[in-house]
Amino acid sequence: MPMTMTQKILAAHAGLPEIHPGQLISTKLDLVLGNDITGPVAIREFYGAGFDKVFDPDKIALVMDHFAPNKDIKAAEQCVTCREFAKKHNLTHFYDVGVMGIEHALLPEQGIVAAGECIIGADSHTCTYGALGAFSTGVGSTDMAAGMVTGEAWFRVPDAIQVKLTGSLQPMVSGKDVIIHLIGMIGVDGALYQSLEYTGDGVANLTMDDRLCIANMSIECGAKNGIFPVDAVTESYMQGRVNRPYTIYEADADAHYSRTIEIDLSALKPTVSFPHLPENTKTIDEVGEIPINQVIIGSCTNGWLSDMKAAAEIFAGQKVHPDVRCIIFPGTQQIYLDCIELGYMKTFIQAGCAVSTPTCGPCLGGHMGVLAAGERCVATTNRNFVGRMGHVDSEVYLASAQVAAASAIKGKISDPRKKG
Amino acid sequence: MHMEVKGSVHKYGNNVDTDVIIPARYLNIADKKELAAHCMEDIDPTFVKTVKPGDIMVGGQNFGCGSSREHAPMVILESGISCVIAGSFAHIFYRNSINIGLPILECQEACEKIDAGDNVKIDFDTGIITNLTKGESYTAEPFPEFIKEIIQAGGLLASIKLRQGRDSA
Repeated sequence: MPMTMTQKILAAHAGLPEIHPGQLISTKLDLVLGNDITGPVAIREFYGAGFDKVFDPDKIALVMDHFAPNKDIKAAEQCVTCREFAKKHNLTHFYDVGVMGIEHALLPEQGIVAAGECIIGADSHTCTYGALGAFSTGVGSTDMAAGMVTGEAWFRVPDAIQVKLTGSLQPMVSGKDVIIHLIGMIGVDGALYQSLEYTGDGVANLTMDDRLCIANMSIECGAKNGIFPVDAVTESYMQGRVNRPYTIYEADADAHYSRTIEIDLSALKPTVSFPHLPENTKTIDEVGEIPINQVIIGSCTNGWLSDMKAAAEIFAGQKVHPDVRCIIFPGTQQIYLDCIELGYMKTFIQAGCAVSTPTCGPCLGGHMGVLAAGERCVATTNRNFVGRMGHVDSEVYLASAQVAAASAIKGKISDPRKKG
Repeated sequence: MHMEVKGSVHKYGNNVDTDVIIPARYLNIADKKELAAHCMEDIDPTFVKTVKPGDIMVGGQNFGCGSSREHAPMVILESGISCVIAGSFAHIFYRNSINIGLPILECQEACEKIDAGDNVKIDFDTGIITNLTKGESYTAEPFPEFIKEIIQAGGLLASIKLRQGRDSA
């Protein structure tokens, strides 16, 4: 039976010659990830069930990124739980404040995830690593605990939707616009229980940052995973980061897809998701007058160096609107350092932006940019649910770094392609 | 072991996300009871006051979408809910529920016809959902054996413990 790229990776990790959609399988895991929110729950369950040994200390990653640097005493205690667990079990990949980045930006950057691997993470945006041609999916804390014990996870083999990309992106249009556009087309449950397999000539025209952003938000249309084929762009990204052998899987030419969606990249415009679902999309020319109070640039979706560059180019010689607070979160310490060396940091600060150490804080209304009732925020994050960034009567508009930076200057949602 | 539950219904719409089931601002809380006191509060502040042990939650499509936080099915279970019925579930919520032993069923007809406050009985072996208030019944796909084993063991970790015990016996 012909298989999709996802099915091939799952079959190989299940030790089966072939698998079919709907089949329940158990697979070997190359990495089990958790953070300071989901990790402590998993650790309590791990000990509570009477386990005392992890399957492989090299294949578990714990990243203190959500409410870290600690937002309050309870958050501090959650980090202590993780820190002690990491020490006790000698975990190779424990990232604390100072070296940590936002988990899904950090793991690809550090070469901890690679093509062909099978990865679970107790965080829904674990699907990000599909950009590298890995199978990676978000799970809960119990799956994480079970993964830490056995090195395995159970899956129902997913069917797949093929997303055929053609052409190349126009200036000021990025991976964020591609994925928001797709979610607008198929809805927040449009890919439920399925893989999104990105294919077509257009893939070669997307940078690794674009692909990471697209794979990251695949969960926002319900997908189990989003995955890109491995090409020269992927291999050059992994070179110097991944210091172990990896496997390149390809979908069979006659693989079955439940549907095929075609997207001409060159036809896309900057796009915004309106409250309170990522599927409520409008292109920038349909937006109208929407005054804003806050702008967030960063997160696991758009905290990449290319986002920092795009924002810096727009902020150069400009000022953030007096009615707006703009907060920038580079994804990792390396990206932060690059921002300093490339002069972006100076541009941001001169424009009146606050720049933070990497954290997930504002994206989920945790800390570092919580919204009051009635406030509106343009954010490069991935969710705009009711109360996501603070008060239940606040609003989040999802957009690219380009749209966010242009909006910060104008004080309202703005088209980055328009000067002055 | 025969699995059956009965209770009164709390009804919600499509795309109930894990941020409204348990807002992130409470995720620094470790105590389950303390967390459960905030279950559904952003869309239904009355839920925690009216829920009784054994009650049933009914949603629409894509129930439990968003964050992977297991706190979401955990607070629903801790509130006393005996089963969640929805047209469809977000995939992470689906596996989290099974993994922690919260029974869930997919049934489009049930979520269209059941109203808030209806008294409903569920037989997990047959997948038959009986609406005692309306005198109707609807059929959901029963759990496959593999998933039933996890729920009956009391969750994924307990089932792994059982399996390891069997293997070393």
